[in-house]
Amino acid sequence: MPLLEVEDLSATYGQVSALRGISLSVEAGETLAVIGANGAGKTTLLRAIVGQVAVPTGRVLFQGGDITHLSTFERARRGIVMVPEGRRLFSSLTVEENLKVGISARRPGAWNLKSVYDLFPLVSERRHRRAGLMSGGEQQATAIARALMSNPAVLLLDEVSLGLAPAVVASIYSNLPAILSNGTAVLLVEQDVSQALRVSDEVHCLLQGRTSLAGRNLEMAQITDAYFGYERRTA
Amino acid sequence: MTMTTPKVHRWTRTSIVGVAAFGLVAVVAAVLPFVVELASLYALIDLFILLILAVMWNLLAGYGGMVSIGQQAHIGLGAYGIVVIADILGINPFVAIPLAAVVSALLAIPISFLAFRLAGGYFAVGTWVIAEVLRLVIVQVPGLGGGSGISISSLSGVDRILRIVYTYWAALAVAVIAVIVAVILVRSSRGLALTSVRDDSIAAASSGVRVAYSKRLVFVVAAAGAGAAGALVALSSLRVQPDSVFSVQWAAFMIFMVIIGGVGTLEGPILGAIIFFVLKQIFADFGPLYLILLGVIGVVFALFIRQGAWGLISRRGSVLLFPVGYRLDKPE
Amino acid sequence: MNIVDALLQGILLGGQYALFAAGLSLMFGVMRLVNLAHGDIGVVAAYGALAVVNVFVVSPVFALVVVLPAAALVGYVVQRLLLQRTLAPSPLPSLLVTFGLSIIIQNVLLMTMSADQQRLSLGPLDTAAIRIGDALRIGVFPLGVFLLAAIVLLALSLFTSRTQYGRLIRAVSDDPSTAELSGVDPRRIYAVATAIAFALVAIAGVASGIQTSFSPTSGSLFLIFAFEAVIIGGLGSVWGTLAGGIILGVAQTVGAAFAPAQQVLVGHLVFLLFLAFLPNGLSRKKVRA
Repeated sequence: MPLLEVEDLSATYGQVSALRGISLSVEAGETLAVIGANGAGKTTLLRAIVGQVAVPTGRVLFQGGDITHLSTFERARRGIVMVPEGRRLFSSLTVEENLKVGISARRPGAWNLKSVYDLFPLVSERRHRRAGLMSGGEQQATAIARALMSNPAVLLLDEVSLGLAPAVVASIYSNLPAILSNGTAVLLVEQDVSQALRVSDEVHCLLQGRTSLAGRNLEMAQITDAYFGYERRTA
Repeated sequence: MTMTTPKVHRWTRTSIVGVAAFGLVAVVAAVLPFVVELASLYALIDLFILLILAVMWNLLAGYGGMVSIGQQAHIGLGAYGIVVIADILGINPFVAIPLAAVVSALLAIPISFLAFRLAGGYFAVGTWVIAEVLRLVIVQVPGLGGGSGISISSLSGVDRILRIVYTYWAALAVAVIAVIVAVILVRSSRGLALTSVRDDSIAAASSGVRVAYSKRLVFVVAAAGAGAAGALVALSSLRVQPDSVFSVQWAAFMIFMVIIGGVGTLEGPILGAIIFFVLKQIFADFGPLYLILLGVIGVVFALFIRQGAWGLISRRGSVLLFPVGYRLDKPE
Repeated sequence: MNIVDALLQGILLGGQYALFAAGLSLMFGVMRLVNLAHGDIGVVAAYGALAVVNVFVVSPVFALVVVLPAAALVGYVVQRLLLQRTLAPSPLPSLLVTFGLSIIIQNVLLMTMSADQQRLSLGPLDTAAIRIGDALRIGVFPLGVFLLAAIVLLALSLFTSRTQYGRLIRAVSDDPSTAELSGVDPRRIYAVATAIAFALVAIAGVASGIQTSFSPTSGSLFLIFAFEAVIIGGLGSVWGTLAGGIILGVAQTVGAAFAPAQQVLVGHLVFLLFLAFLPNGLSRKKVRA
């Protein structure tokens, strides 16, 4: 049984439809990458899974159970945790305090302050610094660490590479195996398609709110077409 | 397909009817003194004062986004203003009404610079503090009667019936003017700018709206209205007492009228003033119980009936009695 | 010597004002909500203490044992059931509802209690004083209230900085929707903050009821003093609020030394001076809209 399933999901911002008819599933220990152009609905999809967006039709299922009507914090307590776009650290709290907020999900698991600091030594070094006073890469690591403190069953990463140098992005993604080894499923949104392909088992491409391509081991040419919405004419 | 610019209508059928009805009511009201007894005129003066205050407070809060619990500052300034202008300067008391409004408006300008340093709830309490300061200071001024207040002497020679009728007409005139001013302000481009400030002042500023100027304009206009109301209060009771004219209870009444009637529309405060006036006639003798009743109704409306009585009647603004909306013709 | 005496009294009075201010400031900091019934809650607590004192014949200090948890519980419930609905980008709903509550509370008190001034008494402690030198007298009770205020504010400061709930309160006031992503229920945090605020103002109300008299309408002045202390002190730290309270207290008592019966007015004028020239108060943080 898939850990997380989305069935025929649509999402709206007020009267504007942002997603239509999206279906996908993720298994434990696997990584699904959601790609697409700006405005395609990638962030909206993550926010719908986490409960921050109105979902007029469709369902979100976790471990087989329907969670479509649960609030965001209830989903977090069941193990669906998102690292939001732009990191959104609590700026008046220190790094360590930010991490400790993650305990609120009250979930047991392998991740605690010590193991998280082992994974992110840079974060450990900055632990008493005010969260707003760090570099982009340090903030991103802290945001992921904070999410890990909630011992997620499904971890959603929204554009973690945004605004970061390639070396920093690589180092962040190098931590993915450690996260997955606990059986956590990862759903990530990534602008950089090749980076997404490198780390994911499955790819889901969105175009203007709908699925344009989904699957494993896809060819780059297929992906590019789906990304931009070209219909390739077979000669 | 040819593109034609859609035609924009400011007037709707209902607004034509509404304005005509408003005019008719005003004319009938003007003629009432020849028909009705004195006690009713007294009550109607009270209604007009309440109406002015409700319309003005709604301009401030509903359109300007500024919740003030200190409008009594301007009521008091208007009341004492007319005492000074009529008794001490010797000007005809009825001519003094607009002058008192002007004085109140002028003093509102420096007050606004102080008050605008605060926002939201703190702005509200700040306006209250300013009203308190005015009360405590005026009580010290020699010649203004101190804590027990002062009487208006310049009308003492006038026949009682005449005085009340003239006061009635003055109150009617100010009420009509207040509504017209409110309509013009809301209808104007300044009014549109104001709504944008109320809804999102940062976005408004970046669209070129002069936020501080718009807010100050509304603040001053509301102060002028409250000042005129204060002058009318003074004229109708012939006595100005600091504790009554600077009382925060005025704020409570204004807030109640606008909550009940409907914040942010022009029709709402008028309806709210009428409802409040009726409740007052029936229940005011019950003292604290009456105020508890007002409080409970106010809280219930503020929580569950945000659109007010007018919102309920007009189904959320689809009916406009005044020509302040924008209707577009469907393009051909 | 009069001035030094006034200065001392003002500082001690400042402790009481800081207690009033702390709750108001906490609710605003966490929820951007200004509770216009804040002062009236303090008055209700004072009347509650009076009732406990009359029924159980105990000292008002022990009455606090009953009143304090009651106030906290009421705060929690009022937030969850009533004020939670008013939380919105616009300050209008919360201002209208809390103003309405203020009117209801004051008039219920007027109807059920006498309109006279009431007083809570600690017996001989009411007027006991410590003498310093020839001319200085420090009232034992005012000193006690100041120390109590300092301890309470210290406890509040430690609570917000060292405990998990304190962290959650700060996180939710920074970014409620992101806090939800970590499993935090913002509504519960708001309710806890309101419970603490009500408890703080209850202490302040009872303390004030012992030091001076109170009546059904005293809540308005309590709200104004709390507000003035908050603005003078500036947003941000608990200690800024204490400083704000002290400045207000000193302004009032020194003002009274020069112009008796103008105590409150002098406080207002000093407040307006701060508003005009130091709008962010003593702190460096901007007053958020």
